[in-house]
Amino acid sequence: MSNQALPRPRFNAPEPEPGSKAALKIEARTTPLLQGKVSEVPDVAFGWAMRLCGLAVVALLGLIVYQLVVGSELSWHAFGWKFFGQSDWNPVSDQYGALPFIYGTVVSSLLALVIAVPLSIGVAVFITEMCPIGLRGILSFTTELLAAIPSVVYGLWAIFVMVPILREYVQPFLARTLGWTGLFSGPPYGIGMLAAGVILAIMIIPIISSITREVLIVVPQHQREAVLALGATRWEMIRMGVLRNARAGIVGAIILGLGRALGETMAVTMVIGNRPEIAKSLFAPGYTMASVLANEFTEATGDLYLSALIEIGLALFFVTIVVNALARLMVWSVTRGQPARSIA
Amino acid sequence: MGVGITVEHLNAFYGKTQALFDVNITALANHATALIGPSGCGKSTFIRCLNRMHETIPEARVDGKVLIGDLSVYNGTSATQLRRRVGMVFQKANPFPTMSIYDNVAAGLKLNGFRNRKQLDEIVQKSLQSAALWDEVKDSLHKKSGASLSGGQQQRLCIARALAVQPEVLLMDEPCSALDPISTGKIEELIFQLKEQYTIVIVTHNMQQAARVAEFTGFFLLGKMIEFDKTEKIFTNPSDKRTEDYVTGRFG
Amino acid sequence: MPDTNPNSAAVSAQQVNIPPISWRRRVTDHVMTGISVLTVLLVLLPLFAIFAYLVYRGIGSINIAFLTQTPKPVGEPGGGMANAIVGSMVILAIASLLGVPLGIGAGIFLSEYGRNRYGDIVRFVSDVLNGVPSIVIGIVAYGLVVMRQKHFSALAGGVALAIMMIPTIARTTEQMLLLVPQAIREAAYGLGVSRWRTTLSITLRTATSGVITGVMLAFARVAGETAPLLFTAFGNQYWNWKTDQPTAALSLQIFTYAISPFDEWHRQAWAGALVLVILIVGAVAAVRIAVRHGTLAGA
Repeated sequence: MSNQALPRPRFNAPEPEPGSKAALKIEARTTPLLQGKVSEVPDVAFGWAMRLCGLAVVALLGLIVYQLVVGSELSWHAFGWKFFGQSDWNPVSDQYGALPFIYGTVVSSLLALVIAVPLSIGVAVFITEMCPIGLRGILSFTTELLAAIPSVVYGLWAIFVMVPILREYVQPFLARTLGWTGLFSGPPYGIGMLAAGVILAIMIIPIISSITREVLIVVPQHQREAVLALGATRWEMIRMGVLRNARAGIVGAIILGLGRALGETMAVTMVIGNRPEIAKSLFAPGYTMASVLANEFTEATGDLYLSALIEIGLALFFVTIVVNALARLMVWSVTRGQPARSIA
Repeated sequence: MGVGITVEHLNAFYGKTQALFDVNITALANHATALIGPSGCGKSTFIRCLNRMHETIPEARVDGKVLIGDLSVYNGTSATQLRRRVGMVFQKANPFPTMSIYDNVAAGLKLNGFRNRKQLDEIVQKSLQSAALWDEVKDSLHKKSGASLSGGQQQRLCIARALAVQPEVLLMDEPCSALDPISTGKIEELIFQLKEQYTIVIVTHNMQQAARVAEFTGFFLLGKMIEFDKTEKIFTNPSDKRTEDYVTGRFG
Repeated sequence: MPDTNPNSAAVSAQQVNIPPISWRRRVTDHVMTGISVLTVLLVLLPLFAIFAYLVYRGIGSINIAFLTQTPKPVGEPGGGMANAIVGSMVILAIASLLGVPLGIGAGIFLSEYGRNRYGDIVRFVSDVLNGVPSIVIGIVAYGLVVMRQKHFSALAGGVALAIMMIPTIARTTEQMLLLVPQAIREAAYGLGVSRWRTTLSITLRTATSGVITGVMLAFARVAGETAPLLFTAFGNQYWNWKTDQPTAALSLQIFTYAISPFDEWHRQAWAGALVLVILIVGAVAAVRIAVRHGTLAGA
């Protein structure tokens, strides 16, 4: 062994394994195969190509804003801010007021929230806190399945199944019991604001419950244990140890659901009745911003008509952006930046 | 046959924090040089400066001169080109998980455009033999993935992968710290043999390993090179008191 | 010294006060559990109802004729949605060709070149784009393509859907690439592999199954979209192989038939809906299964 020349260190290191040396065959170094100059150009080019892709995303947003603003200029110059305050929508006389659509969007979305929020939170709490482990995967999979159903299929089901049920059973029941409030008066058509609210609720439950679930999971286990150690029942533990901590995130999830409801088009268009009127009763037909776009965009004769519609699109865009940004801030503050999941 | 490494007045920074202060070292060709010191003393940073891996961290900066042979590392060549002459083995074995054993070893060549199948076969075999792994994997070169081997085997795979590119210098950053004693012994044996063909710089926090394997040792403390000398002298009769304290186990 | 004898009067006096409070709390606990179970049932109810109804109303109408014929004129029974099915595929192909490379490129940017302020801006904009209502995207595609070309087309529809795919794919690609350990990249750099080669052949290659998952999820999401196609592809009752004509799409056809007054068309709408849901749910389920077997080995 050639390490006879290597001095023994002060502390006794063990001798290297003898015998195995014979098996080792260190090949003599030959001229390396990789010769030639390496060019920096491909690296630089690739870097810029990728940056361009990132820029494209930002450019897309700019493009959207540009198209909407330019398209709505005509209408803006004609009506100014009054556009959002007037309720007269008359293509024949070229008078356009967007108030009925704003009303319809807001009311249908709020109604959807009222129905969906308790249900979503209930489902999320059940899956994360109460559910036996084996069931958890199946339940979360099925709620995600709800999210995968296209809007037009919801609408189809709503027209032929949900609306008749509303018309035959639910609306007469509501008229009898709560008719005094004025919210459930008028002929029970089936289609109308109530139908829109209900189908919207079904559609936003998956998103509210899945974000709520993410938020609940993030609550540290020791919070739950601390409350239990004080002698709380399971529900009390959930209320005080989990929900209280996840409050901001849950509110964020709700606002995210609201954002989704505001922009929802097809299912709502198919059941809301498409009448640009403001009525107190939830039985009455209505119209949302997204629905009027869906129905009338291709029929729009005349530049002012089209411009008015695009201005509605701009308003819808702006509102959903603000609502979504707010929601994400709240969810982010709880889950610390990890985008829970893309809303797929 | 081999090339030596000369480092002059090397200073390294992470943003505003300075990690290395005026380091000067000469590593002789075809010898092994060990770098020892307590955790956080800068020896890993130093070795990563030798093949410009330090640059992969954002806001990292280097001042000073590093010469591999007579090639100036920071002015004379691109980082990519340099790294074909200087191979690296990392603390935790990092074989490419989606590639077979063969592809792992050939990766350095294939990814740089080298395609000749026969020559690749030859190089893969030679590299695996040099890394003392050939006998264990020769029947499953294409079938098993790089990640399916044991820890010690993975590290030897990484050594084979580094050798396949035929570097002149081999940098090893605590290559055995995550391994069991038997694998460690095998790799130390390997380093001992590799010295004849390559110039090796090895970072280790294990002083016995430095003693077993290297002719020269440098002691780092808080980003400064305290003492650099023959291994024998560092361990039996160090000049600096701090070196003596570390080597006798008074701290670190 | 405290009295720890369980039989002594002082300790048993304390025990008498506890039961009434605990009874009410226990009942509340059970009630809340019951309510939670009830919410789950209420939520699952429409899901099953929709699927059940889809099968019930749709299955009878899916036959060879449905899948291979174009719509017949109003009033005549029979006909199918073949042109709509093919049209959807064409539109989705165009959307993927435009959206997938840009999306993955943006994802690579975010993960490899964008760990800085510029990346944060792109990340933020990406999330904002994800929330834009699909009908608004339709308006944008209308302005971009339809108005320039002066006609509806599959291209316009594809552009609209591509705009929707890009932010989703960018974000999921970024997340999958970030999962690849830095040590893997360093191993490649240490071998003298250039950065672009490392990114494509090592980093992206390691994250492949995850990236594909993200792409397929984005694909499934836009496959069912109707609103952005309303004024881009517009729909067509006939076969169309020209790129300068309106194109049929499955979701559009379902919509048109559903709101029509004809029973025959309603029947076909159900069939079309069933086909659409099977394709989408099938894709999502396949992705889920692939993830369980694939990503863990790959990332």
